[in-house]
Amino acid sequence: MADHLLEVRNLSVEFHTASGVVHAVRDISYHLDRGETLAILGESGSGKSVSSSAIMNLIDMPPGRITSGEVLLDGVDLFKLPPHERRAVNGRRIAMIFQDPLSHLNPVYTVGWQIREALTTHGADAATAAAEALRLMTRVGIPEPERSLGKYPHEFSGGQRQRVMIAMALALRPDLLIADEPTTALDVTVQAEVLALLEELQEETGMGVLIITHDLGVVAEIADRVVVMEKGVLVEAGTVREVYKNPQHPYTKKLIAAAPGKGEMHAPAARAEPVLSVRDVRKTYGSFEALKGVSFDLMPGETMAVVGESGSGKSTLARILLRLDEPDAGTAHWKGRDLFTLSPAELYKLRRDLQMVFQDPTQSLNPRMTVFQLISEAWVIHPDILPKAKWRERVAELLVQVGLGPEHMGRYPHQFSGGQRQRIAIARALALEPQLIICDEAVSALDVSVQAQVIELLDKLRREMGIAFIFIAHDLPVVRDFADHVMVMQKGDIVELGTVRAVFETPRQEYTRALLSAGLDPDPDVQAAHRAARLQRAAS
Amino acid sequence: MIPPPGLSEGAMLKFVRKRAVASLISLVGLIVMVFFLSRLTGDPAALFLPVEASAEMKQQFRELHGLNDPLLVQFAHYVGDVLTGDLGESLRKARPALDVVLEAFTWTLWLAVITMSLVTGAAILVGSLAAFRAGGFFDRLSSIISLIGASVPDFWVAIVAIVVFSVNLAWLPTSGTGSLLHWILPIAVLFIRPFGIIVQVVRGSMIGALSSAYVKTARAKGVKSRSIIFVHALRNAMLPVITVIGDQAASLLNGAVIVETIFGFPGVGKLMIDSILQRDFNVVLAAILVTALAIFLMNLLIDLAYALLDPRIRH
Repeated sequence: MADHLLEVRNLSVEFHTASGVVHAVRDISYHLDRGETLAILGESGSGKSVSSSAIMNLIDMPPGRITSGEVLLDGVDLFKLPPHERRAVNGRRIAMIFQDPLSHLNPVYTVGWQIREALTTHGADAATAAAEALRLMTRVGIPEPERSLGKYPHEFSGGQRQRVMIAMALALRPDLLIADEPTTALDVTVQAEVLALLEELQEETGMGVLIITHDLGVVAEIADRVVVMEKGVLVEAGTVREVYKNPQHPYTKKLIAAAPGKGEMHAPAARAEPVLSVRDVRKTYGSFEALKGVSFDLMPGETMAVVGESGSGKSTLARILLRLDEPDAGTAHWKGRDLFTLSPAELYKLRRDLQMVFQDPTQSLNPRMTVFQLISEAWVIHPDILPKAKWRERVAELLVQVGLGPEHMGRYPHQFSGGQRQRIAIARALALEPQLIICDEAVSALDVSVQAQVIELLDKLRREMGIAFIFIAHDLPVVRDFADHVMVMQKGDIVELGTVRAVFETPRQEYTRALLSAGLDPDPDVQAAHRAARLQRAAS
Repeated sequence: MIPPPGLSEGAMLKFVRKRAVASLISLVGLIVMVFFLSRLTGDPAALFLPVEASAEMKQQFRELHGLNDPLLVQFAHYVGDVLTGDLGESLRKARPALDVVLEAFTWTLWLAVITMSLVTGAAILVGSLAAFRAGGFFDRLSSIISLIGASVPDFWVAIVAIVVFSVNLAWLPTSGTGSLLHWILPIAVLFIRPFGIIVQVVRGSMIGALSSAYVKTARAKGVKSRSIIFVHALRNAMLPVITVIGDQAASLLNGAVIVETIFGFPGVGKLMIDSILQRDFNVVLAAILVTALAIFLMNLLIDLAYALLDPRIRH
């Protein structure tokens, strides 16, 4: 039976943890042919990466254990190979690239060394390896390939590092490439480039590609077929179009429905008296100009989205508005007072009005404090808000408001899921009854279905409590669903500022158009049209 | 295996210059401190002259050694002498203090270099292998051994070793110098504590490195286990280890006072104790300066090793 390049049959893997046995995947089967791209789609905890780790022999045993199944590569069961033959498969026949190329490249060796090692490990001599490394670096589009071979991973940008990973993975022309969330950490325009590179290389070599992702857009862009996983079980399989247009399993339907970017866009009310008025804010770090004069107004109860790629200055802006960092120049009038000239004592009082929700709730919530302590801490610092007798009652109210319950008060952050933790962070921000919340990538780390719920919560707070939001995000569909106004930033400048409809439907700047067209649509037909348009633009 | 890439020469020189300037500033600070602290210990005339010496003789002695000058003038002379390499005479041995110290320091340096080389090699090997199969038999065995090694007092080990190997078995000399056999017991005793400590640091650091993402990449590339441990993980894991190696080496360079004394080893530790007891302050001062200089040099080496191991530090 060597019909397929790769066949996973009835694979079950469990992990023995302190809190019992976790069935990471249960009885899953799928196959992949040469020249084909199969996507494994799933949210966190779905077990989507486990089968690929089993294929690559990367599961630590113990605590992991493969309880049943086989993985056939051209008909040969990889689980039955003796160790030295099994090792020879890795890198030569199957190669892998990962989500975060910075931590997956060895920081203390040059990238040239690491690419050459992939070759010499499988028997190439030093001279061949050196020549091949140079050819590969050139092929994946690294500028100045010869000089770049002598550089270390930290000297490259995120996109370039992923290109280096790809060069290393493809060094021995493997039959199968496994890509685990290869573009998740990258900016949209870079994501599009990396996916295009993968496709070109697949065409050249005829390899099969197994791509693991949580992103329907990536599936639509690159995959031929898709399998959907939920809690370790494979719930649906089919061609990308079939699954998107006619999903059978309720989970698949839920995933597709949760994909952002389809709702009605906000139509902001006529502009009134701004609650925050920012003028010509500048900031340089050494010789790097992070902000080159940023000005905008924010109305009460309005959401201003700030979008842009990494290095555009959007997080610097947030930090400066909260005075976590000092600006070099500019003013920011909050209800008539300049935030930047406030004394520490005045600023302390004003902190109540301005709150922030960060990207990673795991890091921004103290793991040694209960939910009650986390939320009520604000009143310890600002005792005039609420008498102590009412704290429990108010914490319970806030928890209900963010979709949790009073029974969660005594628990610790690690007992919650990522989405729930972000709700706790939001409840904490609400405890001070703020009038402006700055969200720095507050939903980026969350699963799509959870993301939709958190966005809905934020929108409810905006409507009902009149809270204004500055919503920093790189994910354009989310912005489209939530923002009133959109500010597009590039290299410390605002390149475009307008209502959400104007920016999304009639973008005036080339950069905005590039950003929008690089974004991936979950609908394979729409995405195919985008792609055709992009190719045409590239050709002309 | 492909040899790791080296530093560019320009970057290296710049790095060394920067560190040398910083070290020099610290050394100057140390000279100031040593000088004034030594002057706080009292009037040297009372210590070096016989008890029955007359006030006139003491006055004469102070005059001779410039001790009647204001403190700052004395300091200027002292600095002037130090800069020309003159650290004064040893009053007891009637030889330049620096010669006396350097002679002893050479012994200590050899002792430290040999001991630390053995410790480093052995600890890295044992710690790495323990980390590779963390929780396994070898790991547990090495944990017990290293814990004992880090905890037992060296004076006790030294005495027991003399009783067992020199007195009872009569395999090795009890103390002194003269043959290669004389080196074995001091080295063996000094080996134990740093070995125990460094094994534990290597193990912890290697467990972290072996569970890192880049090791996963190496495994996905099909790299052999040996190469994953000793090429991919070890170099990353060495950064905290080197700091501890530096600490341990520094304490040996200071002179392993107790062990040197027990074994009658003519090193700088024993010399310092003897000089303090004999109130030979020029020798004490010279010994402090020489060992301080040696430790500065060693810290420079540690910094260089850091930069050599981790390219991110070079920038």
